[in-house]
Amino acid sequence: MSSSTHISSLKSYLNVFWTLMALTLLTVVVAFFDLGPFNIIVAVSIASVKAYVVILYFMHVKYSNHIIWLTVAAGFIWFVLMLGLTIADYATREWIPYPEAW
Amino acid sequence: MNDTSPPKRTHYLNAQHTVGSWLFTLDHKRIGLLYLATILLFFLLGGIAAMLFRVELMTPDPTYMESETYNRLFTMHGITMIFFFLIPSIPAVLGNFLLPLMLGTKDLAFPRLNLASWYVFTFGGLLGLGSIIFGGVDTGWTFYTPYSSTYANSNVILAALGIFIAGFGSIMTGINFIVTIHKMRAPGLTWFRLPLFIWAHYATSIIIVLGTPVIAITILLVAIERLFQIGIFDPALGGDPVLFQHLFWFYSHPAVYIMILPGMGVISEIIACFSRKRIFGYKVVALSSLAIAILGFFVWGHHMFVSSQSMYAGMIFSILSFLVAIPSAIKVFNWTATLYGGAIKLDTPMLYALGFIGLFTVGGLTGLFLASMAINVHVHDTYFVVAHFHYVMVGGMVMAFFGGLHFWWPKMTGRHFSELFGRIGAVTIFIGFNLTFFPQFIVGYLGMPRRYHVYPEEFQFLQVMSTGGSAVLALGYLVMAGYLLHSLVLGKKASSNPWRAVGLEWTTPSPPPTENFTTEPYVDYEAYDYTREEVYRDDADEVKGA
Ligand SMILES: [Cu+2]
Repeated sequence: MSSSTHISSLKSYLNVFWTLMALTLLTVVVAFFDLGPFNIIVAVSIASVKAYVVILYFMHVKYSNHIIWLTVAAGFIWFVLMLGLTIADYATREWIPYPEAW
Repeated sequence: MNDTSPPKRTHYLNAQHTVGSWLFTLDHKRIGLLYLATILLFFLLGGIAAMLFRVELMTPDPTYMESETYNRLFTMHGITMIFFFLIPSIPAVLGNFLLPLMLGTKDLAFPRLNLASWYVFTFGGLLGLGSIIFGGVDTGWTFYTPYSSTYANSNVILAALGIFIAGFGSIMTGINFIVTIHKMRAPGLTWFRLPLFIWAHYATSIIIVLGTPVIAITILLVAIERLFQIGIFDPALGGDPVLFQHLFWFYSHPAVYIMILPGMGVISEIIACFSRKRIFGYKVVALSSLAIAILGFFVWGHHMFVSSQSMYAGMIFSILSFLVAIPSAIKVFNWTATLYGGAIKLDTPMLYALGFIGLFTVGGLTGLFLASMAINVHVHDTYFVVAHFHYVMVGGMVMAFFGGLHFWWPKMTGRHFSELFGRIGAVTIFIGFNLTFFPQFIVGYLGMPRRYHVYPEEFQFLQVMSTGGSAVLALGYLVMAGYLLHSLVLGKKASSNPWRAVGLEWTTPSPPPTENFTTEPYVDYEAYDYTREEVYRDDADEVKGA
């Protein structure tokens, strides 16, 4: 039951806050460069790191027991599954050559 | 009946009598019965809608309804049957009633959450009902965009809101089941001593908790697009209508397993009892429920082969869909192996269970036809699909639900139903079902699309057969309603274990006392151990005292 007793220090919250701010700034800066197909990959990667930090520290998952870990992981894996197989459709639609008009 | 009968025993049904004692009850058994009454009402509504359009379908030309009415009727049938009957049917009724009894505990982990789930579900159901009263919905139960967004001209929002709210009822039940199974098993009741009914409900609860939020989010996205003009599904705003299908089927294919897995749990209990044998390969059958729950999330794209979904994604979804056949087949083969060499008794619940095995197998195998891309293109959106999912949903799930209702009826009500009429009802339902839906495989393969009430004359013979069958099916259900209601008042009193079955729910009197068990049960035996002598003990003396 460490989840209910753990009290994070203000300092660690501020650290997380500045990390998130820095990553947001990075997102904005990257948006000014055209990286081609990597545009989306870089943006989603930065967002994922931010989500990871929020889940671990702000949601206290880092200090919780294993059943909470399992629950959060299941939800996250299922979310990735949903996005992954959906993207399997969107990413490969263009591979099919369209028939020429007569 | 007997002059010298001792004073009446107090049980959960006669402990309190006021309406308030039902509406504010925290007893899982009473909540189960509240759910039973609610979902049977929706079953009746959905059934009436089906009969109305089946009559229309007897002639190739329109007779007494326009296509607009026809669209609304089949949508009403689909929505009520799927969201307000099939999804809650076994978990919320039999699961609610039996889970604590089978686990040897007093109640579910969160009795208040359980009662709340019924109120939430009923409120959602009333909104759904409202959408029908105000004129109905014409999109089909799938709410595909742009029918449900750009071109919506019916009560889509109201019906979708009803489904959205009822979904939270499901989630509450799912969480309650998971926690109860983890935390409240009787001493000695290890995971691999659990009845397969419990395993099935555990797997179902996982699907409910992981899947249902997605349908809720999808409905919200439709609302957001309509209210704030944010492009999600509408191409004019930069959205993609096929995205709706991805999100919808991410929930709605696993929802098929929310419906069928609890049914499989019921069948395992019945087959074991009426063959007097342990389920063949118990562990594998238990784990196959989890396998179905997990694999079921990987296959949704098989509903989208002829949408603009990429054919490469289609190939992946096709292969993954075939994989689900493996755990399903494990169950069917293991039930059959259990029957082999068993001391089989063909009582009413067993008739339903055997019907389930046959009909589910037909439904499952035609699912493989539909999972192969080339055949799917030919039969997509035809009556072949309609027949396929009715073999799974009605031939499978509804059979299992009524089989389970009969099996545990003496436990729930303390009364026996008429065995003779029970068998007549079961056989009538089996014949009526096949007569209704088998012709639809043929008419679909010949090319008749679903969702039209006007069709070429050459299909009339098969359509008339189907309508005739649906009348037989309805008659079977009416017979059942008749003798079950009759048994409530005049049925013979039931002993604690009328079927001589193994399982903790049979060790407590029928109907059970409010606290379920007077002494805490201790389990030192395996599930379905039909070699135990206690099971065969005659407790007829106890009945007199009931
Ligand atoms: Cu499916």
